[in-house]
Amino acid sequence: MAALLEVKDVVKVYGNYTALNKVNLSIPKGSIYGLLGPNGAGKTTLMRIINQITAPDSGSVIFDGERLQEKHVSLIGYLPEERGLYKKMKVGEQALYLAQLKGMTYDEALSKLRYWFKRFNIIEWWPKKVEELSKGMAQKIQFIVTILHEPKLLIFDEPFSGFDPINASIIREEIVNLRDKGTTIIFSTHRMESVEEICDHFALINNSETILEGSIQNIKKQFDNKQFEVTIKEDTLLESQEYSIIKKVNNVHYLTIKDNFNQKDVIKSINEKHEIILLKKHTPSIEEIFIKAIGNE
Amino acid sequence: MNKIWLIISREYLVRVKKKSFIVMTILGPILMAALLVTPTILSMQDQQNRLIAITEKNIDFLEPLNKIENTQFNVIPNEEFELLKKDFSQTGYYAVLDKNEDQFYLLSDQQISLSVKRSIADKIEKIIERDKLKLAGIDLKVLEESETKINIQTKIVTLDGENINSSTEGSMGIGFITGILIYMFIFMYGTMVMRGVIEEKTNRIVEVIISSVKPFQLMMGKIIGVALVGLTQFILWIVLTFALASLAELLLFSPNELISQANSAENTEMMSKITSLVGGINFIQIMLCFMFYFMSGYLLYSSLFAAVGSAVDAEADTQQFILPITIPLLLAIMLIQPVMDNPDGTLAFWMSMIPFTSPVIMMVRLPFGVENWELIISMLSIIIGFVATTFLAAKIYRTGILMYGKKISYKELWKWLSYKG
Repeated sequence: MAALLEVKDVVKVYGNYTALNKVNLSIPKGSIYGLLGPNGAGKTTLMRIINQITAPDSGSVIFDGERLQEKHVSLIGYLPEERGLYKKMKVGEQALYLAQLKGMTYDEALSKLRYWFKRFNIIEWWPKKVEELSKGMAQKIQFIVTILHEPKLLIFDEPFSGFDPINASIIREEIVNLRDKGTTIIFSTHRMESVEEICDHFALINNSETILEGSIQNIKKQFDNKQFEVTIKEDTLLESQEYSIIKKVNNVHYLTIKDNFNQKDVIKSINEKHEIILLKKHTPSIEEIFIKAIGNE
Repeated sequence: MNKIWLIISREYLVRVKKKSFIVMTILGPILMAALLVTPTILSMQDQQNRLIAITEKNIDFLEPLNKIENTQFNVIPNEEFELLKKDFSQTGYYAVLDKNEDQFYLLSDQQISLSVKRSIADKIEKIIERDKLKLAGIDLKVLEESETKINIQTKIVTLDGENINSSTEGSMGIGFITGILIYMFIFMYGTMVMRGVIEEKTNRIVEVIISSVKPFQLMMGKIIGVALVGLTQFILWIVLTFALASLAELLLFSPNELISQANSAENTEMMSKITSLVGGINFIQIMLCFMFYFMSGYLLYSSLFAAVGSAVDAEADTQQFILPITIPLLLAIMLIQPVMDNPDGTLAFWMSMIPFTSPVIMMVRLPFGVENWELIISMLSIIIGFVATTFLAAKIYRTGILMYGKKISYKELWKWLSYKG
C-alpha cells in the first residue's frame, strides 16, 4: 500500500530538550494508524509538525508524494488532545467559523454542517451557546468540525476522552466509516483496547524515537512469545522437555515452547499422556507489546 | 489573506455585539455630555434671586453689596432683625448678614452657597480697604486711575511673515487631553487583546485554530479586530457626544434666548476669547496625528499585551509581565508636565522620538508646534518600533499559546525567542 504520509528523520529540539530524534514513520493510505507511546514521548510534537503548527529542525514530511506545505492544511483534519470551543459563541456560528478557517465556503460549510448535525441528531443545539452544553456534547461538535471538510488525513488525539460508552461507540463507528471511504487516520491514545479494536497499523514512540512500526499483524508476529494455554482433563502438573510451564491454575496450564521444538511437538507430547480439553495459542496484546518494548529500551 | 479577514471579522463582531460594548458606547457620551452641560444647568439655577437681610447699623454696606449679581439686600429695623435671626421659615429671606465687633456672620436655615459667601466677603473687604485708605489720606480718585490690567497677547510669526494669535493655555489643554486619551486607549484596548488571547488559551480552542491558520495570522487578526472596535467606539463617542450636547442645548435654552445670547456683547467677547485660546493651532494636523499615534501606539503595545496573554494561564498571573509594559506608558504620563513647561527641550525631543513614549509625548508637543522633520522621524521610528515588537511578540506568542500549566519566567520567555518556527 502506498504511503499517504511519510515522516523522514524528523528532529525537533526545544532548547536543551530533544522532543523528536530522527523519527521515521510511513502511514499507508486508507489505514487507521495508531500512534502510541508513554507520556512525554514526543507524540504531540509529531502531530503538531504534521499539522504545520511547528516546523521540524531537520528531516522532512512528505504528504501524498509532495513535501508538506501550507496548501495541505485544508487536506488535514486535527482533533488535538487540548481542545475546546469559544464558550460565549453560539454552536452553529462557531462551527461555521471553524469550517471556513479550514478553507470551506460559507454555503458548503452550512450544508455539510446541517448533514452532520442531523446525522448526530443534535440540530437543536445550533442556536445554543457552547457554555450551555455538556463536555460530551461539545466534544461531538469538535469531532464534526474536524471531519467536516472531508480531509484526506485525519489526526485524532485521544478522541474518546469525555465520551460515555454509547457516544464513544458512535464515534468509533464514524471513524471506521471514514476509513472505509478512503480517509487515512492517525489515532493517538493511551487506551490500548481501542487500538486493538480499530487500528491496522501502529508505531510506538519512546524517548523521542520510533522503537516499533508496522502492521499490527507483523508486530504481533515479531512479538510472538510461543505461549500456549492448555486445559487438560485431570488436575496434574504437566512436565516434558518440549516446553516449560509458566503458570498453572487448577487444570489450566500456561506454557512456553522451548527452542528447537514447535507447536506440533508440544501437542503430540501432551496428547500422548493427557486428554486435551482446550488448546489456545496466546497472541500478545498490544498492551503487552507496549510494556515489553518499552521495558526493553 | 482570506483567513485573516475571517479572524478580524469574528474578533470585531464578537466584541461589538457584547452588552458591555453597547453600554459603554452609550454611557460614555452621556457622561461626557453631562460633564459639559451640568455646569450650565448649575449656573442657571444659581441665577435665582436671593434675599438677604442686613440691619440699619450696617447700612453703609448696602450700596456696594447690592452690586452682587442675583442677590438683593434689604435693610430692616433692629428689632425685626433680632426676630428674623431666630426664625427664617416664613420670611422668604435666604440669609441675614450680621456683624459683631469685627466679625461678620451669615445666618441661614440652609448651607450657604460658596459663591455667595465669597462675593459678600470680597465686597466687604473692598469697602473696609477703601475706608482705611481714606483714613490714611490717600485720594481715592488717584487710586482708581492707577488701577491697571495687563493682558499679553502671544502671536506666532509664520514663514510668510503672517502673525497668528497663539495661546499657551489652549495648547496646554489640547496637548494634555490628547496625550491622556492616547494613554487610556492604548491601555484599554491592549488589555482587551490580552484578555482575548488568555480566553483562547483557557478555552483550549487555540490549537484547533492554529491547525488551520498561522499563529501570526491569529494574533494579527485579533489585534486588528480590536483596533477596529476601538475606532468604532471612538467615532461613535464623538458623534453621540456632539449629538447629545446639541440636543441638550436645544432643550435647555429656548431659541429666542439663543439668539439674544448670541447677540449679546458678553457672548461676542466670549467667542473671541475662545478663538484666541485655540487660534494658531492646526486642528487638522492634530486630528490626523492623533489617529496615527493612537493606531501606531496601540499596535506597538498590543502585540506585547498579546505576548503576555500567551505566556500565562490566567489573568491573575499577568502582573509580573504587565509591569514592564506599563512603566514606559506611566513615564510618558509623568513627563507631560515637564514637557509642557519646555515643549522644545531635549527631554521633550527625545521622549517624542522613542517609540514607547512618543505617542503620548508627541501629542502633548504638537499644539505648541513641532517641526515637520521631527514629526517624520518620530513617525518612522514608531513604525519601526511596532514592526519590531510585533516580530518579537509573535515569537513568544506562538510558543506560549501551546504551553499549559507551567509558571513562566523571563528566562523562559528569552529562550522562546530563539526557538525556530
